[in-house]
Amino acid sequence: MSQTPASGRAGERSTWTGWLRAHTLDAIPPEHLLPDTQPAYVASWIYVFGVLALTAFVVVCVSGLVIALKGPTWWQVSSRGHFVNSLHLWSVELFFFFMVVHLWGKFFMAAWRGRRALTWMTGAVTFLASIGTAFTGYLVQQNFDSQWISTQAKDGINATGIGAFWNVLDFGQMLLWHVALLPLAVSVLIVLHILLVRTSGVVPPIGVDLDGRVEGAAAKEAAP
Amino acid sequence: MTAGRVDPAAGDWRGPRRPYDLVKEFIVALVAVSLLTVVLALLFSSPNEKGVTLEQWAQKAPNDFIATTVSELAGTSTSASYGPPYNHSSTGQQIGPLHLQKWAGVRIPVDPARDFVISPLRTMTADAAVQAAVRRYEAAPAAQQDQWAGAYADALSKAPEGDPAQVAAGDYGPVPAMASGLLGLAQSGALDSQLVNAGTGFYQADYTKPLLFLADGGYLADLAQAQHLSGNQWGMMNETGNFPGQPWLWLYTFWYQVRPFSTSTNADALVWGLMMLLSLALVLVPFIPGVRSIPRRLPLYRLVWRSYYREHGAPRR
Ligand code: HEM
Repeated sequence: MSQTPASGRAGERSTWTGWLRAHTLDAIPPEHLLPDTQPAYVASWIYVFGVLALTAFVVVCVSGLVIALKGPTWWQVSSRGHFVNSLHLWSVELFFFFMVVHLWGKFFMAAWRGRRALTWMTGAVTFLASIGTAFTGYLVQQNFDSQWISTQAKDGINATGIGAFWNVLDFGQMLLWHVALLPLAVSVLIVLHILLVRTSGVVPPIGVDLDGRVEGAAAKEAAP
Repeated sequence: MTAGRVDPAAGDWRGPRRPYDLVKEFIVALVAVSLLTVVLALLFSSPNEKGVTLEQWAQKAPNDFIATTVSELAGTSTSASYGPPYNHSSTGQQIGPLHLQKWAGVRIPVDPARDFVISPLRTMTADAAVQAAVRRYEAAPAAQQDQWAGAYADALSKAPEGDPAQVAAGDYGPVPAMASGLLGLAQSGALDSQLVNAGTGFYQADYTKPLLFLADGGYLADLAQAQHLSGNQWGMMNETGNFPGQPWLWLYTFWYQVRPFSTSTNADALVWGLMMLLSLALVLVPFIPGVRSIPRRLPLYRLVWRSYYREHGAPRR
């Protein structure tokens, strides 16, 4: 990345460790990672939805961890467990709501401009992985919903051939995917996504160049 | 976005900046979302409709249970005629020339007649009549077995309410005795653990067999219908009760409501194929000509950046 102020660290590259440090600092300079100013155009409620999705995901993970501490049958037999399950469900609904508003917002802003396509792509893959995570969550509830959803969903998944390896009727397999593999995948994707956002900076408005000039309105602006 | 030209949005912003506290934003959002979650959970709780047991099915809908048992023997139930990944009785669905279901192979072997009916019956060692029926069934050639089971299935479907007690007389061999034997086993609750246990020994985590058997019957589907959970009721995105389910599946479940999918025997394969393509398209939006230019044509971005445009002038259309 040519933009980085940290590119003068080449001298540190005589050891592997130095090479790694220099590369990390070049790719993610601290002042990009946690800046305390933003471009003037970052001034709309739509920018909050990325952070809202992120915090909802934190609440999803924390409530899920509490359920995991006690094991899969706890919430079925304890009213306190049932409440934690409700927290888990509602944080998931919020997570998806925020994520979908965020997705449409980024679409209408064409936020993939300026070499930010990878940001969009990691976001979209996160969305798909989240759907898989939520789906396996429904399968491991050990109640009527799980029975119905798994027996209905098997046909579609079997029709793709995936069902031969990923058996939605196998509670053990689905439980491990739901509590370990998929949340890990989503977490890694979110970290990548946010690192990408921070390293390339927030995309400028449509029709505005990097000096802040509005194309077509430039003459008018220069006048006073 | 014009391809080939240097992207004007690539690089560091050199224009005006404003103070912005990311950490404070995160903490405030975390507190707000946590509180909102607690409020929603207190207000609306969460659904937890108890699961159906085979015992409950056999007690509440014995006729449906008997008919399902016979269909397993006759090879006409959903799982007995399923194909991969469970057995070879059909080739499964396909997407045009792609026989993905068949290519993946039979990796979760299930033989419904044996696994759901005959093996459990064999464990009823104290019941001499049932054991005799099983021995007679197993000694008969396959064609004879099919004929007995087929004839009894027919007769059951013609009897009032499918009641085995009102079936017309006929040559059904040992099949009626086997079916009522399994009904008794299920009503006692023993079948529930037996089907899970098949093959896995002491510890159990795989419910493939009991779920397939349960889904072959009409009881589970009737309960789901009553909870508006069927496929033709947009069921995939619903939940029991009045809870929001998985509304993000609206597009997936939408396709099942319209032609050609709603009438196709390959609907699952086609809808999944289509959704995979659309998901890929979502990931690749920045590269799809036409789609990636939609945002410029709509005025919504002017709303997002209205304060900037107000101060610095709005771009030409
Ligand atoms: C778990 C889900 C997600 C989380 C936690 C998340 C988080 C964030 C955050 C915190 C930002 C920066 C602030 C903002 O502009 O809102 C951001 C930016 C962005 N997100 Fe996401 N996101 C998620 C899903 C998605 C999805 C599904 C998409 C689109 C398919 C997407 C596309 C983008 C893009 C293109 C940007 C760059 C925005 C810019 O440069 O102005 N994100 N995301």
